[in-house]
Amino acid sequence: MSVPLIDACAAIIQLPARLHPAARVWREARRLPLLVWLSTLVIALTVWASIAPGTLVRHSPLETDLLNTLAPFSAEHWLGTDEIGRDLYARLVYGARESFLIGILAMAIAITLAAPLGFLASLSRPLVRGATDRFIEVMLSFPTLLVALLFVTILGQSPFNVAVAVGIGAAPGYARLVRGQTLLVRGSAYVEAAIALGHSRARILFQHVIPNAIRPLIPVTGLGVGKAIVWSSSLSYLGLGVKPPSSEWGALLAAGKSQLLEAPSLIVVPGTAVVLVALGFSTLFSYLQARAEGAKT
Amino acid sequence: MSRQASISGHEAAPGRGRRVLARLGQALLTLWLTVTLLFAAQVLLPGDRATIYLNVYEGQSVERTPEELAPINKEFGFDRPVLVQYGAYLSGLLRGDLGIALQTRRPVNDLIGEQIGATARLTLAAVILAWLVTVVWVVATAGRRASISRFGSAIEALVAGMPQYWLGLVLLLCFAVRLDWFPVVSGSSAQGLWLPAVTLALPLAGFLGQAIRAEYERALGHPHVLSSRARGTAEWRVRVVHALRPALIPGITLSGWAFGALVSGAVIVENVFSRPGIGALLVNAVELKEFELISGIILIVSLVYVALTFLTDWLYTVVDPRVRLNYQGSN
Repeated sequence: MSVPLIDACAAIIQLPARLHPAARVWREARRLPLLVWLSTLVIALTVWASIAPGTLVRHSPLETDLLNTLAPFSAEHWLGTDEIGRDLYARLVYGARESFLIGILAMAIAITLAAPLGFLASLSRPLVRGATDRFIEVMLSFPTLLVALLFVTILGQSPFNVAVAVGIGAAPGYARLVRGQTLLVRGSAYVEAAIALGHSRARILFQHVIPNAIRPLIPVTGLGVGKAIVWSSSLSYLGLGVKPPSSEWGALLAAGKSQLLEAPSLIVVPGTAVVLVALGFSTLFSYLQARAEGAKT
Repeated sequence: MSRQASISGHEAAPGRGRRVLARLGQALLTLWLTVTLLFAAQVLLPGDRATIYLNVYEGQSVERTPEELAPINKEFGFDRPVLVQYGAYLSGLLRGDLGIALQTRRPVNDLIGEQIGATARLTLAAVILAWLVTVVWVVATAGRRASISRFGSAIEALVAGMPQYWLGLVLLLCFAVRLDWFPVVSGSSAQGLWLPAVTLALPLAGFLGQAIRAEYERALGHPHVLSSRARGTAEWRVRVVHALRPALIPGITLSGWAFGALVSGAVIVENVFSRPGIGALLVNAVELKEFELISGIILIVSLVYVALTFLTDWLYTVVDPRVRLNYQGSN
């Protein structure tokens, strides 16, 4: 078969095979729905704020302005000031890093715990499998927040422990997901073919089962970061997570609670930030998930 | 002939009974594991329990002498072998005794008993509201023109992902502070139940809606819906009577799970609206490291959860006879 013929076919069915990678990304990007664009923008801004908060603000998050406390929105203080005149916008930008890192860390912990549990519950000998399965089931019967609160009590209240607690609370759900995916892959024809070809158990596991069971989890992990940010800010809001001097978003909420009637923006603004980031993550990664599964969007 | 009848008439009954028993066994196993995990967490809590207790009680953080610790150890039995403590804990639970909260020296049963009514009212109101909102919303928007359907499911996703504290605060600021329709501090009055229940219900309605919408749209394509349309049944009747019923089934199973989400939500909502309840008790207990109280609350919650899952599983088989209790799921 000659090469020109293939090229002609590609031209007819418009395969973007010869396109430069960057052009392909651009081609994909132009087709994205508006909401996905907005979500990407929100997440990009959060990442920017986490890496280089200083480039986005004019005020220091700690600089107090006692003549200008509880100020409304203005050109000088975009989102107003808090009870001792700190710029809320600056605190929000500087708090992004901690919120974001806690979310990512919690999700990393959840997946680290969930993946081995899920594999144990689907690939091991029947007795171990049954026991792990039951264990996951029991852990699932605890509401996430209750597990997180239990571990905050055991570990003590610090940003790292909040991430651990939220990670442990979220882990059982993901373990069940890993288990389901693994069972699905294990029963598939290509694994059967590999067994028939006489490949070793380890090779089948590491070449076929584990990668294919993990791959669908990637968008789920992204969704989970958004949820983890919501859970950890909820803990901080209850006063059981990151404490107020920090400007983590949940801590901002907790600090704003006492000014609820005088300056509702102190609590509505960081809350809205959490909502936007959580929605951003869920929109973007639901879209990616749908694309990965080949569904039309 | 009588033999024949007994076989055909009774064979299904023992099979079904055995399956219910197996499910009950699983439920009991879950509860036992829960108890054991909670006990292990209590014993493995870093630091000496008597020291923690004394320090929290007196608001200090110092080393304690054995003379100070001896009476505490004696009172709560912290110095007995772990297995003996475990046995005592288990037998106490079997008698329905959740132990004594260390700080207040009051039985955990009483502490929970005083608060559980408020939380039960709140969650019940939220579940009812969530179902009402879901059914109305899905019936109104699912299976319509593409733009309406898409709008409906977008709103569901938006609402489902909303943190309860944010929703609660926004509702509080709008309807209690600005408009003054409801009290700001809701206490336990009926008037004050509205906003917390709505706050708890909306995210749940979002989740339920996402589950029911797909099923409802499938049900609208079922032959029985087509045949009732062919008979000239009014559109609202087709939607409400014929298509809705089969679509509610996944919602029933979700309701057991939803309880867990509602408890998490109730902890936050009670805090936002300064309501009494299990959530407020729990937050207080975590601040004071009242481990007995925390385990007691978690135990009660998982007891209710297990009972509800058992009930919804059973309801499911009643509503849909195709489903058997030992169904493993298609994964």
